[in-house]
Order: sequence, then C-alpha cells, then structure tokens
Amino acid sequence: MGAGKDSSAFTITLNGEPYRVDGEARLSALIAALKMRPTRIAVELNREVVPKADYDKTILKAGDQLEIINFVGGG
Amino acid sequence: MTQDSPFKIASKTFKSRLIVGTGKYKDFAETRSAVEESGAEIVTVAVRRVNITDRGKENLLDYLDPRRYQILPNTAGCYTAEEAIRTCRLAREVGVGDMVKLEVIGDEKTLFPDVPATIEAAKVLVKEGFKVLPYITDDPVTCLKLQEVGCVAVMPLAAPIGSGLGIRNPYNLAIIVEQAKVPVIVDAGVGTASDAAEAMELGCDGVLMNTAIAGAKDPLAMARAMKLGIEAGRIAYLSGRIEKKLYATASSPITGIVR
Repeated sequence: MGAGKDSSAFTITLNGEPYRVDGEARLSALIAALKMRPTRIAVELNREVVPKADYDKTILKAGDQLEIINFVGGG
Repeated sequence: MTQDSPFKIASKTFKSRLIVGTGKYKDFAETRSAVEESGAEIVTVAVRRVNITDRGKENLLDYLDPRRYQILPNTAGCYTAEEAIRTCRLAREVGVGDMVKLEVIGDEKTLFPDVPATIEAAKVLVKEGFKVLPYITDDPVTCLKLQEVGCVAVMPLAAPIGSGLGIRNPYNLAIIVEQAKVPVIVDAGVGTASDAAEAMELGCDGVLMNTAIAGAKDPLAMARAMKLGIEAGRIAYLSGRIEKKLYATASSPITGIVR
C-alpha cells in the first residue's frame, strides 16, 4: 500500500470548482457530507440530471463534473 | 353580483391572481411576510448553485412551504434556449412541480426576451412534459405562437424588469387578451397598485411582480396594496365599465330645477 496518502481520493469539479472526494464515492454520501438535504436540491452529473432515486447508486469518479443546485430568491 | 370564473393554469385552480417573485428581499423572513401579505399562492424562484462552503444553511423553501405554495422556478440568467432547457430539467428534479417560468434573455440592459430562442425552448420543454409559462414581449403574434406550441399561459411584459414603468402598451395587451386561449399574466415592469389594476381592467388573468413589492419603501404595505389593486381591477373588469365619451352627460336630472 502507499505510504500515508489515501489512494482512493480523487478530484471532481463541483459547481465549477475542483473538489476532492475522500473515501465514499457514492453521490448520496457526498450530499450528506456537504450537509445538503435531497429535498432542497437537484443534481446534474456530466450534463445529465440525476434522478433523486439514483443518488444512492451513483458512484462518482475522477474528472466528473457535478452541479448541485437549489432554489433562491428570484423574480 | 357578477361572479368571477376560476383562475386556472394547466389544471390547477388558484384563488389569487397575483404571482410574486422572491428576489431582492432583505432576508427570507421578509420574503415570507411579503408573500403572505400579498395573498399570492404562486411564487417564482431562481435556480442557482448551492453554496458549498456555507454548510447547514437555511433554504428558501424552509420559509415558503412547497405544500402551501406553487413554486415556479424561473430560468433567469439564461441567454440561450439550451441554458433555459438545462435549468428547467434541474429545477423539476428538486421535486416540487413541473411548472416553469421560461425566460431566455436577449439583451443585458433591457432584459427583453430573445423571442426565437424562447419559442425554441418552449417547444422542447412542452414535449418533455413541462407546464411552461413564458416571459415574453407584448407581441400578439408571438403570444399566439407560444400558445400553439403548448404553453399553459403567456406572460407578456408591461415594461422592462424592475423598471416600474407600468403598462407601456395597453393596446397590445388588449389584443393579446382577446386572442388568447390560455391565461394572460402580465409579467415585469409593474410599479404600483394602479398598474396591477390596469392590467386586470384590460382583461388579463393575472399579474406577476417582484421589484414593485420588494423594492418599495414598505414592502409589506405594497404587497397588500397590490393584492387589493388586483382584486379591484378584476371586479371592475367584470362589472362592465362605462364607455369613454368625448362630451358630458349630466348625472343629475335636467328637469325640476329651481329658477
């Protein structure tokens, strides 16, 4: 095994910025780690909307482009 | 007394003909209070990236319960049909409904719609099952086209977004109302209660506004004024107003005058 470094970590682009995913690559785990509530958000992975029912079985990998949106005030 | 017909969009019925935006408020609490004062049942929201660094943050929907309000996500900030379509698909996945306010902006200064792009996006979205309410110019031909492609309402602008200029072309709006088979909702440019009343007196089915309320010195008071203005305008419209005449007709009898 490698010395010290977590070899399972990788980088994705999250909302336009690089984001390091450590440990669990499952989308639902990332959402929980970010303290987001699924009922308030929607997710797009590599330009495809991810149905909420699939959050648990969607596995992220290096280079993925993730967009997580919510509703804010607007006219 | 004259009875009003129900305000229906797609197959949903609403009691209030006032639709309000949620932007430009001081905070979520003020947003909620203003919406409550307005009596609106439909509120627009914008679709934006979640702030990743701001953990455990409150959300707008914590203040505007989607079970109580029809949430109408807009595609503000979209300058192409593709961007608007992408935004709508994401918005629908939040899971509070499939009604969307379609905006494809053509110009940064005026925020006027890109008409061809709006029609193009509407076609795609309708096919995907969205209930599309397009923000559009006060052009009767375009409004007919949007209805033909299956939009559930048309939302012609009164004046540029946030301008407060009121209805600049009541004649066009009257034509749009006459030709429409779907609800006509004036959206953008309303400034004060008389503007909202004027829209209703022209026969429009509803009015959508944001800045007029949020930007007023007393937003809660203006919200209430708008609610009353919409109601007054609607009743006046249904009452069958008098004709406009060039000359006078006395209101008091012309016989029996003491001389």
